[in-house]
Amino acid sequence: MGFGPLLLLAILEGAVTAAVLALTAVGLSLTFGIMRVVNVAHGEFFMLGAVLAWFVSQWFPDAPLLAFLLAMVVCPLVVAGVAVLADVLILKRLHYEPEATIVATIGLLYIFQQAALSFFGPNARPVAPPFNFRVQLPWFGYSGYKLFVILAAGVLLLLVWLLITRTKIGLVMRATQIDRTTAKAFGINVDRVYAMTFGIGAGLAAIAAVLVVPIQQAHYLMGGDPLLLSFIVVILGGLGSLRGTLIAALLIGLLDGLLSTAFFFPPTFAKIVATLLVALVLVFRPEGLFGRRTA
Amino acid sequence: MRDRALLSHLGLVAVLMAAHWMLPAYHHDAVAKVLVLSVYAMGYNIAFGYTGMLSLGHALFFAAGLYGAAMPLTLWGWTGGPALAAGLVAATVLAAAVGLLALRTRGVSFMIVTLMFAQAGYLTILYLGRWTRGDEGIVIAQPLRRIMGLDLSDGATRYLAALLLFVLGLLACLHLVRSPFGRVMVAMRENEERARMLGYNPFTVKLAALTLSGLYSGAAGAAYALMFGYAGASLAGVQYSILPMLWVLLGGAGTVAGPFLGCLLMFYLIDYASVITSATLLVVGVALVALVLFAPKGALGALRDRLGKEGRAWLP
Repeated sequence: MGFGPLLLLAILEGAVTAAVLALTAVGLSLTFGIMRVVNVAHGEFFMLGAVLAWFVSQWFPDAPLLAFLLAMVVCPLVVAGVAVLADVLILKRLHYEPEATIVATIGLLYIFQQAALSFFGPNARPVAPPFNFRVQLPWFGYSGYKLFVILAAGVLLLLVWLLITRTKIGLVMRATQIDRTTAKAFGINVDRVYAMTFGIGAGLAAIAAVLVVPIQQAHYLMGGDPLLLSFIVVILGGLGSLRGTLIAALLIGLLDGLLSTAFFFPPTFAKIVATLLVALVLVFRPEGLFGRRTA
Repeated sequence: MRDRALLSHLGLVAVLMAAHWMLPAYHHDAVAKVLVLSVYAMGYNIAFGYTGMLSLGHALFFAAGLYGAAMPLTLWGWTGGPALAAGLVAATVLAAAVGLLALRTRGVSFMIVTLMFAQAGYLTILYLGRWTRGDEGIVIAQPLRRIMGLDLSDGATRYLAALLLFVLGLLACLHLVRSPFGRVMVAMRENEERARMLGYNPFTVKLAALTLSGLYSGAAGAAYALMFGYAGASLAGVQYSILPMLWVLLGGAGTVAGPFLGCLLMFYLIDYASVITSATLLVVGVALVALVLFAPKGALGALRDRLGKEGRAWLP
């Protein structure tokens, strides 16, 4: 394969990574931006989505398309439900105090991992893709499902954007983000906004996992990488800024595709550089690479 | 003797000394391990419990001590004493370097920055697998695990060496938190701005506390390598940053003996739970959530509050 087609392949692979990452990271960014909660269990919501998608696929072994469509609806709803419960039962009672919520979400991380290990088992399990067709390009064939993932993630992100900017729910969420006390004074039920935000954030991670699980297998420890990458993206984009998160996800995803597909960069070394970079960005440019300095 | 705090902690030391002759072999080894790990927890407590720095990356310092001792021993043929010293130096220098950068941030950013540095350290250990042997880890042969003629792989010697390290750490910590500097550390935790107004520089105070905390963690790591003969990447992972926090929260953050109590309780909780169920992660997770919800001050912290003025005298 010549360099041009290889580059195209790398960009396609990068776009798939970026699409899934953007969905997951926007979920994390929402909870951080609106609730000021650093959700360490976010990666586990992703993992739960993937594991649940496997269970759904076992109900309909002969109809992968039906199982996929069902999983797209059921998994995010179940995971969002779990998240709302966690918010009402734990985070709310901690009054969203940053240190306590971090410790509590670390606890949740272990509880979810153990639940998955006990009920799902220690092995990675594949989920059949809903459809199998290859898009034949002049140089290579490319999985049609992966192209669908990019498209679906784009549509979902558009829906999130519409929800935040064009609906009453979004307006209430933004008001709570800007000033919690004033929002309360204007009769907004802040508790309900927080529970809903936490649920939506977790649901986005779950739906990203449902999309990715036919490409990557479901495993009880799969939440680590999405968590780390989402953190990286949210921090580079500027904590709490949705637009920054999207740009950073695109950048990191494409970079990942280029480095691993076209230049055969050792992934561990790339991860070391990326984590150190994030730490240094937080130290020297806490508003993120694309954020504006605010008082 | 009027010094009630010294009395209560010497009492703890006496109990642990008596335990050396009374404990059956299994528990003897278990308590030796708990003693070494509680030195790590005491180090974490100096940063988190007393100075209010919630770090999620202390495994980096523990691992620096661990590999700082294990690699010179196995790769370059050093003896036990210099290897132990190398572990201490590695952890202390690393803690100071991390502090110089990370202490420019505070709160949530500080937690994420320390987490990221520790993650980078963990990945570096995996990346340099040729020397560190990555996940598989370095096993240190028995003849190498000697220090000043003492064989640290022998059960009785190991217990006494662990106790010696623990007592040094405990008494130094007791002295520290009752010294003027210790009070400044607490002032940073309670109200940084007010401490600054009184003329203390928060950055240097916190940097000193974090470096000292790194020294404790490194001492525990290097002792772990010498006493238990193993250094592996799993001991540098996120979980080993979370565990000292759990022990400190359980025993009581900001109490001198709390880290030991928390470490001991958690060790036996997991030990007994593993008889009934294999779900040990669940125990850790539920303990963390329950602690922040129902007992944020931990066992000794709650006891101290209940005893009022007497409590503060006995349990600094």
